[in-house]
Amino acid sequence: MSISSRSSCGLTRRRFVTGLGAGGLLGGLPANAHAFTQPMGSLPATSSANHNLRVGRTRIEIDGKCLDAPSVGGTVPGPILRWKQGDTVSINVTNDLSESTSIHWHGIRVPSNMDGVPGLSFAGIAPGETFTYRFRLHQSGTYWYHGHSGMQEAQGLYGAIVIDPRTPDPTPCERDYVVLLSEWTDVDPMDILSNLKMQDDYYTFRQRTAASFPREAKQAGSGIAALKDRLAWSKMRMSATDISDVSGVIFSYLVNGHAPDTNWTGLFRPNERIRLRFINASTMTFFDIRIPGLEMQVVQADGNDVEPISVDEFRIGVAETYDVIVQPKDERAYTIFAQSEDRTGYARGTLAPHSGMSAAIPPMDPRPVRTMIDMGMSHMKPNDSMGSMNMAGDMSGMQMSGMSMKGMGSMKMPPLKRDDPGPPPLNVENQNVAMMPVDRTGSPGDGLENTGRRVLNYRQLRATRPGADMRPPSHEIIMHLTGNMERYIWGFNGRKFSEAGPIRLKLGERVRFILINDTMMEHPIHLHGLWSELENGQGAYQPYKHTIISQPGSKLSYLVTADTPGMWAYHCHLMYHMDSGMFRTIIVS
Amino acid sequence: MMPLCFPFSVFAAEGQEIHYHAADAPSEPVIYIGNTAPIMDQATYFHGILDEFEGRYSPGKSDFRWDGEAWYGTDYDRVWIRSEGTVSGGKMGDGQQELLYSHAISTYFNLQGGVRADLDDGPERTWGAFGIQGLALYQFELQATGYVSDRGRFAGRLEGSYDFLLTNRLILQPQAELNFYTKSDAARQVGSGLSDIDAGLRLRYEIWRKFAPYVAVTYAGQIGQARHIVQGQGERSGSTRFTFGIRGWF
Repeated sequence: MSISSRSSCGLTRRRFVTGLGAGGLLGGLPANAHAFTQPMGSLPATSSANHNLRVGRTRIEIDGKCLDAPSVGGTVPGPILRWKQGDTVSINVTNDLSESTSIHWHGIRVPSNMDGVPGLSFAGIAPGETFTYRFRLHQSGTYWYHGHSGMQEAQGLYGAIVIDPRTPDPTPCERDYVVLLSEWTDVDPMDILSNLKMQDDYYTFRQRTAASFPREAKQAGSGIAALKDRLAWSKMRMSATDISDVSGVIFSYLVNGHAPDTNWTGLFRPNERIRLRFINASTMTFFDIRIPGLEMQVVQADGNDVEPISVDEFRIGVAETYDVIVQPKDERAYTIFAQSEDRTGYARGTLAPHSGMSAAIPPMDPRPVRTMIDMGMSHMKPNDSMGSMNMAGDMSGMQMSGMSMKGMGSMKMPPLKRDDPGPPPLNVENQNVAMMPVDRTGSPGDGLENTGRRVLNYRQLRATRPGADMRPPSHEIIMHLTGNMERYIWGFNGRKFSEAGPIRLKLGERVRFILINDTMMEHPIHLHGLWSELENGQGAYQPYKHTIISQPGSKLSYLVTADTPGMWAYHCHLMYHMDSGMFRTIIVS
Repeated sequence: MMPLCFPFSVFAAEGQEIHYHAADAPSEPVIYIGNTAPIMDQATYFHGILDEFEGRYSPGKSDFRWDGEAWYGTDYDRVWIRSEGTVSGGKMGDGQQELLYSHAISTYFNLQGGVRADLDDGPERTWGAFGIQGLALYQFELQATGYVSDRGRFAGRLEGSYDFLLTNRLILQPQAELNFYTKSDAARQVGSGLSDIDAGLRLRYEIWRKFAPYVAVTYAGQIGQARHIVQGQGERSGSTRFTFGIRGWF
């Protein structure tokens, strides 16, 4: 049921990216040698401080969908860059495109002129030009890079970064793979945005209908209850089934550039420990990841080590990374199953003792349905199964706004400065006000509440070392995440980017950001250049992140030390939300 | 249009003053490096939709009818062209062509203003147009337009529709258009008061979003004074017909 009917590449330039690393092997473009010697997902044998990358367009076909994809080195994803903590890396990026380009090092702490955001860091890389990025690596872990110009990232301009720690891991895993998740479509990104502006549910074919009513009535207990719920949503002019704006109707979901049927495979021998570095490089899709038959130990989030957490499943928001360790005992294949949050498709790979093996692919779960909790109106549904959890959440949310202890006695002093915009206006650009936003850091997210599986939530993330800056915040900034789904406009505080001013931070100041999500969707909020320390109740050990999921109808906070001057991007990492206004400039000076 | 500027103050329940200030309040514009804005959220878009493109069949009186619109513009400001008309027995009637400008005024509504020309095989009339268009409560599409003619007459048009999803691709849409006039205009078969109704119950199948064939039952007819005018001219007023059509957009 694909919307697009185009399916095949021109005969003369046909190029299939289906085998391991095939795109790179077939690619005619001279590029980083590391990319060509490694199968997709395998790390280069050693780190390297110097790279020459070329950004060009290459005709690539994946899952029957053909595209002149902008990419690094002619492959999607681009080559894995392996660096070493403490090194100063130097990367020459040459633009072979006919338009301006850029590469942003997602999550890497760099001087602002090396951050790769046109307009904020530099002017972009003009066609034919080479720009040299040069910065020292203070951190280690799994990260990624992607284009920050136009829609190039949506079409394939992304790849993984692995930074080895200065002190090698005393107990390294026998196997180490990057598992980069992304989407692939031959629909032009500008067409996707344009279609969403005309019809917000353009890509949603899982809405409530007359045909689904009997099932809903059964679930709700009666036809009247189901009807009431529908009318409530209809009255708000919103849809409870709006999970992802763009869906599997046009997206193929990829593991390391492989569609599910070409089955990316990571090899192992039984009892070996395997480190899987999950990166969500997609534009709009959250993935729920599990490996049936294997327990996963989450050991790192957004490049920073966390105390190991054993889970069966975890959700990865767009632009987040998670490292997990698995240890298969049996000589058999295991499926890496990453279903999209809206359950319209999945990315799939395999861990196996030999290539060519595969395991069963589990059925997808039912798609989540939004509730009044997602609207920030949890009190309206006291009988909901999540009711009790949210009462608790509510209280910690209130604590948060009232200067909570959060593990630090020194935080009794109120911040000197507080930027509270008040409730957002209901206007052209904002559709809803969350009257009762709750703390949802204890929830794994919509659709993962009652699966019977152990699913990771944000409160479980505990850093392995205490934070570097124990000062209480002297500045507090409340930001409302707002949007109008119907007009497809997104922003903060009821304004899109072009109507807002920059957020100004003093160099060195400690700031608390409080996000209140008035929309009914998740937003992965990414702050460039500075760490976001999630206040999840772990006190001095709260995790450092670069991208934080704000759940619908929720309120959360994180601390930022504004220790690097310059202009930084601050935005929702859902590409079509960012490009329709959910973006701010942060100026540290 | 710039939204309300902060800061402003309100009084909390305890009588304590809360001073609201948004960290991202509009301020002096940022000078971007190379004059490149990091994102473009002020893009323009161009779309057109043919809601009705259909043949209406009944013994002895079969018509062809279209009703569509196209717009070009930004999130806030758009230029619209709207066109509708019916071809009946080789003659075109009910031809209303409009050129409108619209501005978004609220979450779901746009203000529209412009001109309407009644262009068909009847005598020509021109009107100034002013109205609202948007999504009413419970997701009803609504359009209400008032007109004033070059001869000082007034008219109004009310249009509404609703999409019932039978499945995600099979959609039942009741739709109605009502025209009102302050004065009769026999040459255009228009009467004062509620003059005519054009309504349909369309069942479409979205093969893909932009292309949906449909079957429908449609009604078109004059009411009240207009009915007498039409009957006085020896024509039938009002017929319910079986209809085939295609809904499409780009």
